[in-house]
Amino acid sequence: MSRTARLWLFGAAAVVIAACFAAACSGLPSFGTTTHPYGERAVAAALRQRTANAVSSVNFDLRAFDTLGEESILFASVLGATMLLRLARDERKNVPGPERVLPSTRLFGALLLPVTLLVGVYIVAHGQLSPGGGFQGGVVLATGLHLAYVAADYLVLKQVRPLEVLDIADALAAGAFTALGVAGLIVSGAFLHNFLPLGTFNQLSSGGLVPVINAAVGIEVGSGVIVLLAGFLDQAVEISEAGRGPAAPDAKDA
Amino acid sequence: MAIFPFLVSGWILLVGVFGLVVSRDLIQAIGCLSVAQSSTYVLLLAIGYRRGATAPVYADLPVGSPVVDPVVQALALTDVVVGATVTALLLALVIQLRKRHGTVDPEQLTGLRG
Repeated sequence: MSRTARLWLFGAAAVVIAACFAAACSGLPSFGTTTHPYGERAVAAALRQRTANAVSSVNFDLRAFDTLGEESILFASVLGATMLLRLARDERKNVPGPERVLPSTRLFGALLLPVTLLVGVYIVAHGQLSPGGGFQGGVVLATGLHLAYVAADYLVLKQVRPLEVLDIADALAAGAFTALGVAGLIVSGAFLHNFLPLGTFNQLSSGGLVPVINAAVGIEVGSGVIVLLAGFLDQAVEISEAGRGPAAPDAKDA
Repeated sequence: MAIFPFLVSGWILLVGVFGLVVSRDLIQAIGCLSVAQSSTYVLLLAIGYRRGATAPVYADLPVGSPVVDPVVQALALTDVVVGATVTALLLALVIQLRKRHGTVDPEQLTGLRG
């Protein structure tokens, strides 16, 4: 299709989408309205399950089955990306050399690396109490680890990042979610049904199954993001086509 | 206007799709896809907003105080993470395309090659 034809097609479709979308929006309850029947029921259910953070309760208790689906998408994309980024037959691995880093940067990284990892664990662990949870904490953990790359070099990052362990942890955490669901099925008769004691409201052990699923998601997101970034960093730092420099610009047949 | 925030999300969606249509670079197209996808966050959060309410976290909030809709927030949250990993998958695909075909321009990708 030519460029102009495509633009015309987009223009026509955009007009239809815009008109239908605006018509649909005019039928919605107006912005900022005080009645949220579904939300109110979700909040009531979250409090009944003694989970202070209603968002976590929705994610890991009320709609945990949805989260399992999203979790599987996440796992599948990490798996797909690592498959795509693996070493091809006509590529080879370079050995990256040590880089020179300013001592102040190195000190900064060494001081902050434990702090960031601790913050990540804190956010995962308090998912059922305060804003946060497995998804956010996992990303903090994964990116925090890369301080080793920013403040030192690739060799240091490789030392602090046990990739084989993280690969397995990713898969195990994804499987643990399903296993917890099956455990609920066996103990309480419904998939992902809460079967743990609910605990005291606003305590670290509250919410029954929520903190456990939360931890599984935290491990999966954290290890998944590290594995993903490892794949991309490998492409940039280590892998090059055989007999060429790290960034061969021209096309090459497989 | 009461529906203005909803219309903003529709506008973001169309801007993203327009970028996809005119893009001559697959990296840019993935960026545009992310923009189109982010319109759902705006729509979800606009639907869940409640005037005078706060975050749906009762850790240091008296039980019964008005909070915004936690359901849409939960949806937006998972959407962000899944969106990020799917973007990563697409970027990995583009890296392979660049290696095998030497281009990231979708117009120049004509034949299949193993």
